[in-house]
Amino acid sequence: MRVGRIITDRASGFWMILSLSLILLMPVIMGTGLFMKSIPIWEQNSPWQLIFGSDWSPTRGNFGFWPFIASSLYVTILSFVLSVPVCFFAALYLTQYASEKLIRLTYPAIDILAGLPSVIYGVWGILVVVPFISKVVAPVFGSNSSGYSILAGGIVLAIMCIPYILNMLIEVFKTVPSGMKEASLALGASYWESVKHVVVRKSFAGIVSAYGLGIAKAFGETIAVMMVVGNRIQVTVNPLEAGYPLPALIANNYGEMLSIPMYDAALMFAALLLLAIILIINLIFRYLIYKTHIE
Amino acid sequence: MYTSVITDTTLPEVNLGIRGNGHHPIVSIQRLNVYAGNHHILKNINLDIPKNKITVLLGPSGCGKTTLLKCMNRLTDLYHELKVTGDVWIDGDNILKSNDNIAALRQKMGLLSQRPYPLPMSIFKNVAYGIKLKGIYDKKLIQYNVEKYLREVGLWEEVKDRLHQPAVGLSIGQQQRLCLARGLAVRPQIILADEPTSALDPISSKIIENLFKELKKNYTIILVTHVLRQAVRLADHVVFMSYGEIIEEGAPADLFKNPATEKLREYIYDGN
Repeated sequence: MRVGRIITDRASGFWMILSLSLILLMPVIMGTGLFMKSIPIWEQNSPWQLIFGSDWSPTRGNFGFWPFIASSLYVTILSFVLSVPVCFFAALYLTQYASEKLIRLTYPAIDILAGLPSVIYGVWGILVVVPFISKVVAPVFGSNSSGYSILAGGIVLAIMCIPYILNMLIEVFKTVPSGMKEASLALGASYWESVKHVVVRKSFAGIVSAYGLGIAKAFGETIAVMMVVGNRIQVTVNPLEAGYPLPALIANNYGEMLSIPMYDAALMFAALLLLAIILIINLIFRYLIYKTHIE
Repeated sequence: MYTSVITDTTLPEVNLGIRGNGHHPIVSIQRLNVYAGNHHILKNINLDIPKNKITVLLGPSGCGKTTLLKCMNRLTDLYHELKVTGDVWIDGDNILKSNDNIAALRQKMGLLSQRPYPLPMSIFKNVAYGIKLKGIYDKKLIQYNVEKYLREVGLWEEVKDRLHQPAVGLSIGQQQRLCLARGLAVRPQIILADEPTSALDPISSKIIENLFKELKKNYTIILVTHVLRQAVRLADHVVFMSYGEIIEEGAPADLFKNPATEKLREYIYDGN
């Protein structure tokens, strides 16, 4: 019996370590695979040319990824700007002000939104957001945009990310003990002062973390954005014009990647870029969380 | 440390008027009832709290002591499910009926909870927080008062070199004293202490208890506890509660030697 328990004890530890190792190895394996597959394109172009070049003509062997990187960054930042305040105040209201009844009504709604497939957001974007931009927003700015634009991508992406970030923020705010808020109120702070100085401050690392995960998810989102963003290869600062994010490039051309020389290596490089940028975003937010804890 | 440059070091004091002169109770509770749905938490509480004494609310866990304490600074407002009726008079104001300035009302009372809740900021800012809420922004005045109240709770020497480090880095006993200093810095007249030593080790508990004995010269202390020995050590006035009712109250010598009710007799017997 005793020997049996020791063996079970060791074995359970072994399986846990094995599972964890697999998870930790996955990004390394994926990154290495993508790197190996994209070697041919490295051999013919410098990294600078690949990342910051704007000329994209695969048939002539020109692979400049900047229009895709810029589109991805633009759409992601736009969605981030739109979703940050909405998520922040909605989560604060739900956890600090709302009645139990409202909370009970809201949670299922958020869960449904979080669970919707992204293609539904894409269809909704085509039916609602794209016409809204072409008929209402574009005329205001004197543009004849078709509506398929970086702005449409940003809006759809923001709405997709809201339930995801909101859920995380709610969990973060809920972990602040009510006694801490009561301590602030007992010192004569108003309710809002207590929320601002205690709840928000206490949750700061969690808030940063929620937004970090949100922005990383947004950057890699493919289908919904691809459906509304226009998919035109160009570098533009006008959000009413079309863009072509990195994930959309891979998803749209993956079927024909073997028909043009070097195209497969180029798409693998695009995937590697995506992985690297998401890794960088995560590292930046990890650093911010680390800094927050120190202070 | 900062005294050489300070001319006027006093913070505005909350005025409790003539009612707080020792002859009148500082807090008077009448016909107080608290309900949570169908559950009757506090049943017809009538109680006068004497000034500059330690009044101990004694009783088993769940008897309504903490709820009674939270009625006095209206923290019951935070719990939507609670319905509070009756009167709580503090300095001529029926605080349950007046909605004028709850923040000012709460500053009349410092709160010390079961476990310390240092605010998510530095040691210095924890004490400065309440001072700033009183509308004082003069840096030197704030610094002076932070030092003064940290000294009052015997924490200054222990933390003077790390004032700007996070308060959560302190031991739990130090954190509780920091919370006391933070409460005293808003110059309350009453200290509401809700089992303040329950999470502390015996040495830290003793420090807090000794502080209370000192502080009662200037403050009225209402202490919630279920520890009979603590009540014996500290109380000037004991209120024994059970199941939301006041069973007996009086001076500890009388009450503990000659309990009039079976419930208190049992509690004393079990507590010893």
